[in-house]
Amino acid sequence: MANFTPTSAAIGGALIGLAAVLLMRLNGRIAGITGIVAGLLEPQGSDRAWRAAFIVGLLAAPLSAALIGYAVPIPRLPSNFAVIAAAGLLVGFGTRLGNGCTSGHGICGIARLSPRSIIATGIFMAAAMIVVALTRHLVGG
Amino acid sequence: MRALASLFCGFMFGWGLLISGMIRPDKVLGFLDVLAIPSGNWDPSLAVVMAAALAVTVPGYALARRRSPLFATQNQWPKQTAIDRPLLAGAALFGIGWGLVGLCPGPGVENLATGSPSVVVFVAAMAIGMFAHHLWETRGAASVARAVTVAPPDG
Repeated sequence: MANFTPTSAAIGGALIGLAAVLLMRLNGRIAGITGIVAGLLEPQGSDRAWRAAFIVGLLAAPLSAALIGYAVPIPRLPSNFAVIAAAGLLVGFGTRLGNGCTSGHGICGIARLSPRSIIATGIFMAAAMIVVALTRHLVGG
Repeated sequence: MRALASLFCGFMFGWGLLISGMIRPDKVLGFLDVLAIPSGNWDPSLAVVMAAALAVTVPGYALARRRSPLFATQNQWPKQTAIDRPLLAGAALFGIGWGLVGLCPGPGVENLATGSPSVVVFVAAMAIGMFAHHLWETRGAASVARAVTVAPPDG
C-alpha cells in the first residue's frame, strides 16, 4: 500500500468533519455540497448568501494554500473531454436525484445514522468501484 | 454573520479536502480501485478520511441536536426517510460518474481554483446535470398536476 497516507487522511478528514459540525452549530445547515450548489443554480433557490459564501471559502482554501507555498496538486483527469462531460452530467443529475453526494450522504447522513444515507453511500461506492474495475482492468486500462 | 460563518466552514472544508488528498481525483480512484488490493497498490486513504470525519460528526451532531444554531432560528435536519427508487437510482448514477473521473461535487468545485480546463468542463456538465434534474422534476410535477386537474372522465 505504497500510496496510503493515513496521517494526512485522518487530519484532513477531521477538518472536514469539524467544518460540517460547525456549519450546523452556527447556521443550522447540513454541509452537503450538492445541496449547497443546487440551491445556487435553481431559479427559486433560497438562502443564496450563505451558500455562495461557503463556495467562496471552498475555493479560497487552495488559493490560500498556494499563497503560503503549500503545493496544490494539479488535478489529473482523463484526456477525453467527452468522458469528463459525461461524468459531470451523471454526477450532477445523480446527486440531485439521490439528494446527496459524498459529503451530504457519506459524512453528514451517516453521522445522523440515516438509513437512506447509509444505503446511498453503499450504492455510489459500489457503482464507482465497478466502473473503476471495468475501465482500469477490463478495457485495457 | 451567517455568510461569514459559512465562508469559514467552506474554507475549513476545503483545507480538509486538500490536506487529506481527496481533492486529487487520482487519489480517489486509487481507493475505488479495489482490484488493486491483491497487488498491494490499493490506497485505503479515503476510508480513513471518512472514518476521521465521522469520528467528529457523530458526537458533534449529537450535541448539535440539543441546541439551536447561533446564527439561525433552528437546525435544518433532512426530513426524508424513504428508501425509494430516486434515492437508489440517483446514487447509482452518481457513482458511475464518480468512478469515471474520480471527482465528486466538493473536490470538483474546489479544483476550479486550479484553473484546469478539464475541471471547468466537469463542473459545467455537473451544473447542467443538476439543472436538467430540476427541469425534469418541475416538469414532472406540472404534468402530474395537469393530469389530476384535467383528467378526462374515461381516464
